[in-house]
Formats: sequence, C-alpha cells, structure tokens
Amino acid sequence: MTPLLQLFILIPLIGFLISLLIPGKKETLISWTAFTVVGLHFGTFLVFVIYWLLHNHPTLNLKDIVVFKTEGYEFLVDFCFDKITAVYLFVGAFLTFLVTVYSRYYLHREAGYKRFFNTILFFYLGYNIAIFAGNFETLFIGWEILGICSFLLIAFYRDRYLPVKNAIKVFSVYRIGDVGLILAMWMAHHLWHLNITFLQLRNDELVHSELETHSLIGVFISLMILVTAAVKSAQLPFSSWLPRAMEGPTPSSAIFYGSLSVHMGVFLLLRTFELWEHQTSVRILIAILGLSTSIVATLIARVQSSVKSQIAYSSISQIGLIFIEVACGFEKLALFHFAGNAFLRTYQLLVSPSVVSYLIREQFYNFIPRKQTIEDSFPKKIEYSFYTLSLKEWNLDLFLNSILWNPIKFLGRRLDFLTIKRLLLLFIPAYIIGLITLYTKPTIPSEIHEYLPTFFSFIGLIMVFKAFTERKSIVLSWMLIIMNHFWIALAVSFNENFEYSQVHLYLSGVIVAGIIGYICLLKLQSAEKDLDLNQFYGHSYEHPKLAFIFLLSCLGLAGFPITPTFIGEDVIFTHVHEDQAILAFFTALSLIINGIVLIKMYARIFLGPHIKTYHETPYKSS
Amino acid sequence: MKTKKSSFDEHEVLHELKHFLPAQAPLKDFIHHNTLHAFQNLKFYDATRNASKMFGYKVSLSLDEFRKLYKSHHIRKDILEKMVLERKGSEHFNEWMGHLVSKKYNTEIEPRIGLMRSYWKNEYHIDLDLLIQPILFRILCSYLDQGISIWNFPVSHKGFLDSIREMERNSFTSFFKSERVRKLLLNNTCEIKALLELVVGDESFYEQYLFDQQFAHQGWSGMVSAIEDQPQSLLDRKKISLHDLIVFELLLEIDALDNKFGEIWTPLANRINNKPIDLFEEVPKTELDEVYLIWQDAFEWTYYDEVLAGIKTEKKSNNAIANKSFQAMFCLDDRECSFRRYLEKFDSSCETFGTPGFFGVEFFFQPEHGKFYTKLCPAPVTPKYLIKELETNSKRKKDVHFTKQTHSLFRGWIIAQTLGFWSAFRLFINIFKPSMSPATASSFAHMDKFSKLTIQNNNVTDIENELQIGFTIEEMANRVEGLLKSIGLVKDFAPVVYVIGHGASSVNNTYYAGYDCGACSGRPGSVNARVVSFMANHPDVRSVLKSRGLEIPTETQFVGGLHDTTRDEIVFFDENSLSPKNLESHHKNELIFSKALDINSKERSRRFESINTKLSPEKIHEKLKIRSVSLFEPRPEYNHATNTLCIVGRRGLTKNLFLDRRAFMNSYDYTIDPEGKLLFGIMKPLGPVCGGINLEYFFSRVDNQKLGAGTKLPHNVMGLFGVANGADGDLRPGLPSQMIEIHDPIRLLIIVEHFPNVVLETIQKLPEMYEWFNNEWVNLVAVNPETEEFFVFKNGMFSNYEPLKKSVGVLSDVTSLIESSQENLSVYELN
Repeated sequence: MTPLLQLFILIPLIGFLISLLIPGKKETLISWTAFTVVGLHFGTFLVFVIYWLLHNHPTLNLKDIVVFKTEGYEFLVDFCFDKITAVYLFVGAFLTFLVTVYSRYYLHREAGYKRFFNTILFFYLGYNIAIFAGNFETLFIGWEILGICSFLLIAFYRDRYLPVKNAIKVFSVYRIGDVGLILAMWMAHHLWHLNITFLQLRNDELVHSELETHSLIGVFISLMILVTAAVKSAQLPFSSWLPRAMEGPTPSSAIFYGSLSVHMGVFLLLRTFELWEHQTSVRILIAILGLSTSIVATLIARVQSSVKSQIAYSSISQIGLIFIEVACGFEKLALFHFAGNAFLRTYQLLVSPSVVSYLIREQFYNFIPRKQTIEDSFPKKIEYSFYTLSLKEWNLDLFLNSILWNPIKFLGRRLDFLTIKRLLLLFIPAYIIGLITLYTKPTIPSEIHEYLPTFFSFIGLIMVFKAFTERKSIVLSWMLIIMNHFWIALAVSFNENFEYSQVHLYLSGVIVAGIIGYICLLKLQSAEKDLDLNQFYGHSYEHPKLAFIFLLSCLGLAGFPITPTFIGEDVIFTHVHEDQAILAFFTALSLIINGIVLIKMYARIFLGPHIKTYHETPYKSS
Repeated sequence: MKTKKSSFDEHEVLHELKHFLPAQAPLKDFIHHNTLHAFQNLKFYDATRNASKMFGYKVSLSLDEFRKLYKSHHIRKDILEKMVLERKGSEHFNEWMGHLVSKKYNTEIEPRIGLMRSYWKNEYHIDLDLLIQPILFRILCSYLDQGISIWNFPVSHKGFLDSIREMERNSFTSFFKSERVRKLLLNNTCEIKALLELVVGDESFYEQYLFDQQFAHQGWSGMVSAIEDQPQSLLDRKKISLHDLIVFELLLEIDALDNKFGEIWTPLANRINNKPIDLFEEVPKTELDEVYLIWQDAFEWTYYDEVLAGIKTEKKSNNAIANKSFQAMFCLDDRECSFRRYLEKFDSSCETFGTPGFFGVEFFFQPEHGKFYTKLCPAPVTPKYLIKELETNSKRKKDVHFTKQTHSLFRGWIIAQTLGFWSAFRLFINIFKPSMSPATASSFAHMDKFSKLTIQNNNVTDIENELQIGFTIEEMANRVEGLLKSIGLVKDFAPVVYVIGHGASSVNNTYYAGYDCGACSGRPGSVNARVVSFMANHPDVRSVLKSRGLEIPTETQFVGGLHDTTRDEIVFFDENSLSPKNLESHHKNELIFSKALDINSKERSRRFESINTKLSPEKIHEKLKIRSVSLFEPRPEYNHATNTLCIVGRRGLTKNLFLDRRAFMNSYDYTIDPEGKLLFGIMKPLGPVCGGINLEYFFSRVDNQKLGAGTKLPHNVMGLFGVANGADGDLRPGLPSQMIEIHDPIRLLIIVEHFPNVVLETIQKLPEMYEWFNNEWVNLVAVNPETEEFFVFKNGMFSNYEPLKKSVGVLSDVTSLIESSQENLSVYELN
C-alpha cells in the first residue's frame, strides 16, 4: 500500500507539467486537463481510502527518498498517510475537483484562463506535498509552493493595483511563517541530530526523553510552529491578510482562502501534536491564541459590510475555535470542524454574488427599521468604542507595521548613502578580505573568530535591509540580494569546517538565477529606459515572457524549491549551532526579507497598472 | 467650457461635482443611462474628446482595432472614402487616407484629473489615497449598508457627518490618529472652505483639488451623490451628502498628514510651483481626434448603410392580414426582436407590436406581505397609483447560507459542523445538476400568477400614502386608448390580443435588475401586462373607448403574459377568464409560442460557447434553462449587447429583414397620426431609454476599466448596493466585461417612418429631447412613407441619403446562418 503514496504526488505533478505545455487559446483542453487530473486524483484516493479503511487504516510511511546526501547531512523526502492526511485530502480533492469544474465555465474568455488553471494545479501539487509530508523538509517544499501560488492567485488580475499590493502583503506575512518553519527545522535537527519524521514524533521515548532534558528547545520549536500555523490560518495578530486575499476570481478565493489554504495552520498543529503534547504551557498558549482570535474576529466579522470580508472573518473566528479544539487534544472534533467549516465557507463564497437579490428580497418582505443587536444594550461609550475599533480591524495592520516593517524600513533608510559604486568599492574588497581570512583561519585569534560568522551575517542582513528600501536602482537591489547570499555563505563557512561543495550547492542556484535575472533586467531596461522601484510599471503587458523568466529567477534567488539553493539553505542552517541564536536569527531574517524584496521587485516592475496608457488601464483605487 | 472664477463657491462646486460623478443608482435599481451624461450639452465628438482629456477615459475603439476592422472589411472601403471625401475634399483625400490607414500616432491618454493631487506624492512623498481610502470606504459602506453587517452602524439617523461626530464624542477610540483633527470635528462646524484652507491653502486651487479628490474614488462619490438625490433608492434609507463625504475625507487627509509630519506642514499650494492645467480649459482638437472621428463614423455607417439598403430592397408587406389568429404586444426591447420574427414565421396570420414594456400604465406595486412599494414604470415618472397584490399562496423559500447566524461564533460552530456538510452536497448538486433555488432571481416570482390585483379603484377616497389605490374607469380608458393608438392598433382586432411583458432570471448575478425591463424601472413587466389587459377587457372601459371612436369587438379579449428572456419561457395570466372559443384558440396559440421559444433559444445560443448551436431547438432550450440557474455561468444571457437600431414605424417596414436581434422596435402607424402628436410621446423616451442603454454599452465597451466595471469574476458585494474589487476597492459602476464583450460600439440609429418635416417638428418640441439628436448622441433617419426615401438628420436638418450598398443577401431560412457563426451577422432579406 505504501509505495502508492507517491502516486498522489505524481498525478498532480504530471498534470501541472502537462498544463504548462498547452497553448493558452485552447480553453477546453486546459480545463479538461485540470478537471481530469484532479478527478483522477480524487478517484484514486477514494479507491485507496476504502482499501485502507478495510485494512484497519494503518499509518503509512514511505521513507527516505534521499535527494541530497553529504557527510553528516541528508535531505530526505518522506511521505506519510494517516487519518489527518485522509481528511485533508478528501476535503481538498473534493473541493478542488468541484471548483475546477466550476471554473471551466466561470472563467471562459478571461484573459488569464491558462494561468489560472496552471496555478490551481500547482497549488494542488503543493497542497498534496504538504499534507502527505512525512517530515519538516518535505512539508516545507509544499509550504513554499502554497505561498507562491497564493501570491500568483491574489495577483491574478495583475493589471490592477490593489490585487498586486495585497498579493505582496499576503506574501510578506506568509514569509514570517516560512521562517518559523525554517527555525523549527533547524532546532529540531540539532535536538535529534537527524531529520526527524512526523512518525518518529509519536515515538514517545524519543520525543519525551529529549524534550525533558532540553525543555527550552522544545518550547522554542513549538513556538516557531505556532507562529507558522498562526500566520497560515490568519490568527492574531496576522488576521487582516485574509480578507485582503480575496482579490482573485471568486472560485479561487473560495477554495484558497475560504477553505484549503487557510486551514493549513490547523494541519500543521495536528501534524506536530505529539511534539508539544506534553508542553502544557504551549497548549495553553495555543488555546488562548485561538480564543482571543475567535473573539476579536467575531467582533470584526459583525461589523463587516462586504460579503467576502464578512465570510473571511467568520471563518477566522471558527478556525480560532479549531485551534482550541486542537490544543485540548480533540483531534477528531477538530478534523470534523475543519471539514464543515471548509465546505460551508467555500459554498458561501461561491454563492456570494446572489446575496444581493436574496437579502434585498428578504429585506423587502421582512424589513424592521434599525434592528436591535446585542451591542445596542451596552453603554453607549462602550458600544461606540468597540464598533470603531472593530471597523478599524483592531489596528492589527498598524501593529504589524510597527513591530515588523517599520523598523526594517527605518534601518534601510539609514543606508541611503550606499550607491552601486560605493557598494562595489566597500563590500567587494571586504568580501575578498573575508574570503582570505576564511582560508587562513588558523591565524585569527579565537576571540575574534568566534564573532566573525555573526558579523558577516550581519553585513548580509544590511544588504537586504538596503535592498528592502532601495527605490531608485533595480540593478543595485538585485545585486544586494545576490551579495546577501554570498555573505551568508561566508558566515556559515566560518562557522564550521565542512565541505565547500555544500556552499557551492547553495550558491550554484544563486549564481544561475542571479545572472538570468540580471540579463532580464538589462533587457528590459534597454527597451523601457526609465525604470525604478518607486511605482508599479506593469511591464508584463508588453513583456509577458520576460516577466515569467524573471519571476523564475526571483524564485530561484529566494530559495524556492526549483534550484539546489533550496536544499543548500537547509544544509547551511544545519551548520548554525543551537547556541548561536543570533546567527540563526540574522540568517533567518535575511531569508525572509530576501524573499519579500524579490517578490516586490517582480511586482513593481512587471505588475500593476501599465505605465503606458494607449490601452484601457484601471484606476488605482480598483 | 465655462468661465473661470478665482473665488471658491462651495455650492456651485458641489453642484458641478455631482453633475460629473457617475450617476448609477444602487444595484436593485440598476437602470441603463448615458455614462457621459455630464457632457450631453456638447456634440458627441466634442464631448468624448473633452471627457477623455479631462478624466482619462478611452472613448472609442483603439486605432489598431479600427484598422483591423478595416482590413477584415467590417469597415467598408467605399464608406470610409465617402467619409474622407465629405470631410476633407478631394485635394486632401490621399493624405487623410494615409493618416487613417497607416500613420503612426502617440495614442497615450494623459488626463488632467489627478495632476494637482499628485503633488502629495511627488513633493511630500505621501500616498494619501492609500492611507485614507481603505478606512474611508469601510466607514461609508458600513454607514450605508443595507443588511450585510450584523452589527449596524450605531448612529445613523443624524446624517453622515453628525453620526461620526456623535460617535467620536462618546468613544474611547477614534477614527483619527491626530488629536487636532478630532477637535476640529467636535468643536468646529467644519466648513469645506476652512478645511481646504488648511490642506490646500490657495483658493484658486480648491475646485480642482476637490475634483481630483473625489475622482480618485469616483465610484463611492457617485454612489453617495446618487443616494443623496434619491434616498428612496435604498430600502433602509440613509441620510448622506457629498458635502459630508468631502468634509470627512478632508479631515482624514489632515489626519494622515498630521500623523506623518506632526501638526506643522505647509499646505499643498505652497509646494506647487507649476500650476497644473485647469481641468475645464478648452481641449484643443488634434489630428488624431479627427482620425478617430472619421473611423467611428465609417464604422457606424458601414452598418447603417447596410440596414438602410435592406429596408430599401426588401419587399414591403403592409397589406392587412385577412383573418388574424392573434395579436401580440411586446416590449420594444431588442431581445424580443427575434421572438417576434419567429412567431410571425410560424403563424403568418398573427400580428405583433412593440411598445415600451410598461404598456402605458404607471403605478407602484405592493406584493402581498411586502413592506415597500415597487415602481413599475420608467424611472423619471412618479406615479400616483398603487396596485396591491392579494391572496397569494406561493411561499418564499429560505436559504440558511445567506443568514447571519452562520457568521456568529457559537451558532457558527454548530452550523459549520452540521450545515457545512450539507453545503458540500449542495455545491455538488449545483455544479452537476443546477436547478432553481432561493438564490435565483426569477422573473416569474415577481408576482404570483394566481394572485388578485387591486386594479380598479372603487372609491376615489381610497388612498394610501398619498397614492390612489387602483384606477378609475376614466383613467383606465385614457391609458388603454393611449397605448392602442400609439402602436396603431385601432381596428381589425384579432379575437385574442396578448400583452407580453418581459423579465429575466439569473443566479449569482449582481446586475439582475439591469436584465429586467428598463421601462418598468428594472423589474419584470408581468404586473403591467396583466393590469393593462384587465383594463382593456373591462366592459365599462370599452364603452368609454367606443364613445371616443375606438371600438374593440366584444369577442376580442386581452391576455397578459410574461416572457422570461433568459429562459425563453412564457407564462400567461388570467386565462380562465377567456371565452371558451378564445380559450381554444389560445391553446393553439400556445403551441406556436412554445415552438417560437424553442427556436428563439436556438438563435440566442449561437453566442454561447458552451452550447452547440447545431443541436435541435428543444435540446438547446433545455440547456439554456439550465444555464440560467447555473452558479458558475457569468453570462446567463447577453441582455442588450449588440443593440444598434431603433425602428419606429409599422411592422411592414422591417418585417422581412433579418436584423440579428439588434433592433428596438416601437410600433407606430403614421397614417393615424399625420401631425406627429403620438410620435412625440413615442420619441420622447427613446433618447434616455434606448439611447441610454446603447451609450452605456458603448462606453463600457470602449473603456471597460474606467467606464465599465471590469470583469465581474472577482467582484465583492458592498452593502447590497454596489460591487467592488476585493475588500478595499472603489465601487465599480458601469457594465462588467462579461456583458459587453460581444458589443460593437455603434451609436443607436433611430429610423422613423414619417415625413421628415413632421419628425423634425416633433423632436424640436422639447429642448432636452432635441439635444439627443442635435448633439448626435443618437443618429436619426426619417423614412418618407410614400416615396421610401431616406433622410438623415444632421446639423439641425434632414438631407437625402442613398445607400451605397445596392442589395443585401436573401435567405429563406435563417437556421444555417445562425449555426454558422458566433459573430454579428449581416442584414438579410427573408423570403
């Protein structure tokens, strides 16, 4: 039974690849492919699951497909299947299947017909990798795919300003979750000295014994997982991204943000339940987070006057309750609640345009002027205060800005003196000195040596801060990102003696993607003259192919699982020791911002309202 | 365009603003209108040129599109040459042909709007729109909300600004970050002028600044302005004004600036070194403008010429039909065009008429248990009558998915785990076997078929809310007489006369009101059809009519009905009051209707990708019905798309022409109206109604992003009165791309069968009516009924026109034609 698991990854993978090859004009063929792939997948699953149930539904584990191996490190892809996977797969396959059928007609004649189905299939691939994942590494691949698909689907209407802006916003928040996962992986690796599979977490001895001696590390891992889960499931303080994500065609909003994507946080908690099962403090924390989210989200939902944001916030509040259920250990209830909530919200979103005729008809026959609600019985001052606060979404955006983005912008602006010239003059020589010291390590006093990795990673961090705020030169921004990777590599190389091949693996993708992206930029610059990062240019209108290649190189440079850099990143992290929290933090922060900068660059150059107005261009407010 | 004043007159500027903002009413009252109504005092091409330069609208097809049409012969060469010759003379002929066909132009549109406010971004590095709009829209939407939110805006009876003030006064939290702004709101009258002094500083800039500010979100501003003018367009009425919106937005601007710069920042005017060009300054004509103009004319006349050629060559058949089987009145709507053609084909002894779909009876309608009145007549009319529905027995079905309980925390918890699984099942059924559900907006549900209506007034003191319940005999007679005379039905009545209104059915369609009958204020015309039939059948009414010389034979009976244009279904009312003989022939006629509906759906299906037009009519009809209730179908029907013509005259004028469902048809017989008295009544609404429909399609088609609503697939319903993209977007007035994609932007050509001098006198009777024609927002051709010559109206006079095309194709059966193509079809003569 176990080897069959690969099938569930292969079907969407092959389907996705086929869908890429079909010409965009062939609507029927495109939708037929999507529909067949998901249908076949769903059908296979149904047969499989009956067989599985008849055989006492054992937990299956398809082990150890070694993708990369070197001394002291292995990158394993591992799949498992249990009832959590089964439920998530059933809901996911069922809804995706229905929505592909739905979209066949719904998207007819839409400009991005092919793009839409490509993304849906890619999403479906990522979803399956994530729910079948048997270890953190595999999960992370799926997680990354889900993130990028979200970006692509929110920015589906790429010629308008708001979808693009919101896509960046959501991607940025997701990125925080990604780093939570990286850090959790990093610590877990040090804790168990192996790539632990989720199945092994059930081994009480292994988990319990280690955690007892390293309780702080255990709490750290759990917290990182919680952050990741909270981001993905739009819990506090990240909630406000969910309504903003409803920018794509309604069916995509319905399955992504109504159901599948938004419940992935719950999935992560269920998957890692055994890890934090005995950490009472963490369980209490999860429950408190869930409770406060559901209360705040309910209040916000109550004042929403647009259909989709109302559904978004009520879904968040239900997911808050699911968090509580998970924290209490009611796994089955949580799964049941997840499925019900996913179905309900998907359907509500799909029928949301009907709300006008339905509710107006209801109003016509049952109108009661100023219907009293429970809040009307509150003292006025309390009522008004809470109403205002809820309408302002409890200032969640402001809060995130002030703790996350504003400090980075502030630091970045201090670096305004860096121009391309100065950058080359200052940091290239510095890097060379760094390299020389690397090869002559023994001569450096150990007190200094100890601080060098952190120092180098700090310089790397400065590079991305600068890139984050750079608005004038796209080439400078691009180079800063590349240099950031080099500094990280240098920092880690200092940290430990290991084979340089690992660094090469890490940098190989960076170099290839860096060069390709650079060529794209040069090409575009020669065609379009004035280019900066101060506004959206929308050049994908005239240069769709270039936009696609540049997107790929951005993804490569961001360590997305299409180049060896993805594995390299993971390898690099294993060389950061568990007591080097600062180094780990710097490196992780670099990676987060790195990804955000790249996506922002792509968006500003290629997406948004086209700068040339010889054709219909939308308002900025749409 | 208007004289400049340096001082700021708030009242005048607000008035101006309201004039230029989009005028679309809330969704439930969606009625088509000229998108550029504010420019209607100008000639069409001057208007579009000005609108484009001022507001950045694209106002015609692109140059490339025109040239492509020319290459594919959709713009004829002889027509184009004629246009160039007429305008440029033979000496510049070659030069201009070159300009048109191959010269390169910079076609970028650089609008004036927004220039002044762009200084915020360029000089202060602050994006005010981004900081203000999301919260502004959310507050506006919550204040105006009609029933989406669970917790309503806590204060609302006081007006928008005062409600905000009241909340700010009694709250621990605030909409503002700056204490100064809060104080300004609480302790100050907040005059617009005083706030502008803070923000802008120079009085001569104020007007343009406000235009920039409001046109940065013209959707919301337009909605506020529309609700201010017609508070009745919201069932749950809200007091709001553009003034309040501007004050609040100015406060938010000060707030954002205070928050970024502290309370000390210099007003905008101080940082503007180059005053942007005035919004209203004369827009110069360029060569490119003329190129567009000639292309547009050539495009239109390529089509017009063919139609006129068709009318000229076709065999007229104005001979009276001997033994009429039945007569049927329809709405003048372009969607009834093909249906009438099929009825006449299957029963050559029937006769059909077209007239505005409220059939001359104007009233408010109150369905049983309804808490409100619904207006059932053209939007500008305010009726004095009320008709109530009684003794209904149909029940409205509920759907818990739309209820608020699903959004509460604890009930939501239970619902998600119970109803949630039901939703999955429903979704499955809805996708694989779509059917009617409570979510569907169904035309037949407008009125219960078996209900009673209070049509006849029993006592003139019977008054409710200043409306008289029902009509008196005299009032009924006036209306029936008016209706019958206007369409020329004064003699030779058939035993059964049908009066068929129309409506539409769709699901997941926020534009549902726009699919119903425009002459009934965006509602189905079923009640009107039934009411007017009742009146015409009333013996007392008939005797009054007889005394006025209009005799309807006693055996003639009128039957009301409703044609659902989406599902191609028809329902008749009060059939049991028919005499046995008439009932018998009615049953026979029903078969004709049913056959015509099937084949009509076949003709319609050629536009739909998902239906194979080669299938049998019955099969297609079934598919069409399923389509109308499919959640995933964004195009239940194409509504008025492709409309281009309006024919005012006897049926014989175009009876044997295939016009591809592109014509509004108003029946009119010049012989009973030699002086054009009735013609005035017919032509008066043609501009606002048919012209309005045509121009809304026109402009939504040429600039779907700025003048239309963009694609409807991502739309989010705001407060039940509008749609926006996503959670924070501006409202999107206009038509979505799915409604206009097959539409060719061609202005309406009105063809009137009467003597040119009578037509001229008629349109000159009313200045606002004359404006439509004289400013060329619609084109007008008079057909001399005796000589059959054409006269085109231009620059205040009629001049003779001889079609360039000498003949059109001849067809005996349209089946193979409609099966051949999804595109617009040529005019054919049918024999």
